[in-house]
This record gives sequence, C-alpha cells and structure tokens, in this order.
Amino acid sequence: MTDEAGRGGEGYIAGVRAGLPFALVVFVVTNSFGVLARSLGWGVLAPIAFSVVTFFVAAQFAVAAVMGAGGGVFPAIAAVVLLNARFLPMGMAVGPSLKGGPLRRALEGQTILTTSWALAIRGGGRFDRAFMIGATVPQYVAWVVGTVVGVLAHVGGVGVVERLGLDAIFPAFFLALLIGELRGGEKRTIAAIAIAAALTAALVPNAPPGVPVLAACGAALLGLKRGSS
Amino acid sequence: MSALWVVIVAVTLATVAFKAAGPILAGGRELPPRVNAVMALLTPVLLTALVITGTFGEGGHLALDERALGIGVAAVALALRAPVLLAVVLAALITALARLLG
Repeated sequence: MTDEAGRGGEGYIAGVRAGLPFALVVFVVTNSFGVLARSLGWGVLAPIAFSVVTFFVAAQFAVAAVMGAGGGVFPAIAAVVLLNARFLPMGMAVGPSLKGGPLRRALEGQTILTTSWALAIRGGGRFDRAFMIGATVPQYVAWVVGTVVGVLAHVGGVGVVERLGLDAIFPAFFLALLIGELRGGEKRTIAAIAIAAALTAALVPNAPPGVPVLAACGAALLGLKRGSS
Repeated sequence: MSALWVVIVAVTLATVAFKAAGPILAGGRELPPRVNAVMALLTPVLLTALVITGTFGEGGHLALDERALGIGVAAVALALRAPVLLAVVLAALITALARLLG
C-alpha cells in the first residue's frame, strides 16, 4: 500500500487502530485462559508471566491441555514447539520488510503475532513493518490485562469464546486475506494455495497440531520453478 | 509448580528463537530471485493452512461443525464482495447462533 519512508509515526498509529478490534477478541480469549489456568491450580503469577513472555495463546492453551490432562514437561514443550514453529516461515516472509541489522530484525520479529502479521500483508510478498508493530501493541496489552482479569477475578469463563463464536473470527479474517491473494494471484500462486490446502487437510487427521501448517509451507517451494515470476 | 515454570521458560525461549530466526535469515541481504519467489509464496500458503486448521480444527480430525458453517457463510459473503468486517462479524454471529440452537 504505502511506503514507510516519510510517514513518521502514521504507520504505527494506523496499525494500532487496526489492532484494536482484535485486542477485544484477545481480551476475551486470554481472559478464559486465565480462568482455566486458575482452575488447573497454576496460581496467580505463573499464568500471568506466561502471557507476558509468550503471548501466543494457542501455545498457552496447548500447555494447559497437556498438563491439565496429567502430561509431563516434555510432552507440553514438544506440543508448543510444534505450534510455535510457524513463526519461522512467518518471520521469513516478513523478514525482507523489517529494518536494520540482525539484532534489530530479531527484536522487530518479536512483534509477530499471527493477526498482526496478516494485517500487514501488502501483496507481492511485501509487508508494512510499522503497521505490524503497531497492531501488536494493543493486542499485547489486551493479552496481559485479559489474563490478569481472568486469573484474579474469575470473571468470564472457559466457554465464552465458543458461545460468542469468537473462534470463527480469525479463520474468517485469514480467509478474507487469502481471497485477496487469490484474486491478484498468478497461476503459480493459485497452484501453491491448492497444494497447501490439500496438504493441510490431509495432515490434520494424521499429525499433531502445528505440523499441518508447517508442512503446508512446502507448497511455497513452487517458487523455485523457473518461468513465470 | 516447578514443572510449570520449566515449561514456561522453555516455551518462551522457543518462541523468541523462532520469531528471531526468520527475520535474521531472510532480511537485510539480496536474495536470489527464486528464493524471493519462494518467500513471496509463503504468505498465501500460510494463510491457506491457517484457514483450514482454523475452520476444521486441528484436534486429530477435520470437524464439520458450527464454526465451519459460520466461516462458510463468511466465504459466501466475501465471494459476493462484502466488506471484510461484515464477513468476520457474520462468521462469529452465525457460529454463535448455530451453537445456541444446536
């Protein structure tokens, strides 16, 4: 859309604004994580610390599911590493749009949230860096506040996300972006999307969570094919 | 208690490492055009996988449930060029209603 040069803080502010509606959803989701964690006997500090340092709710719920079912440390870590691994291809996609040397890039990479990453997509492999960083800010705040409220006040509850249909919001949003990619896409993009869809659908029943998303990234290797660019 | 803290520390380190690795590997240098083409395809490919796992679940089987219905309605709305916000709200609303009635 726009280049960042000469925009000053506008890109960040626009990102913050775009992140606000998602922050509301994040609040409800992390709130239910806080309530769940408390019911598992995690105490007050651990679930809050978990949200402060990880802010990846799928991983947080995965740990709750594994440990809540009596699973040990290693199965919990393994489950999360598989889920988290998606940040590697996401970071590679956004990498060329980030700024500075390796350290600064690594730091900017910490602001990757799946929603912020998706919000910053500008087509043709480009991302709006400031927009992504801005969009993460309100969501991060909501992450921490939602967890604190859930842990301390026990308000909300584990079923609220499902009752309000909030779990449908993220895939619907990603679908909207995907349709955008399809409309502007050349043949190779459409082929990669078809292969990724087939791979993911085939792997969901047969592989642990996280693996289908990772394996689908293999479809991007179609880019190696010479010819249309 | 201590087991939980071990998990929290390990998970945090893994998350930081994964988020740092991509930008370090892929940024700040000229890449061959074919590698760039692969990275450009990562975006639609990741979106596809997120849509499928988010719609049909990742819990060991593909579930065709209320959520899939809500997202299906959103898909129709998007195909008819409805605004993104409307489609997303429809997805949540239809999913919630279907669960209420189901």
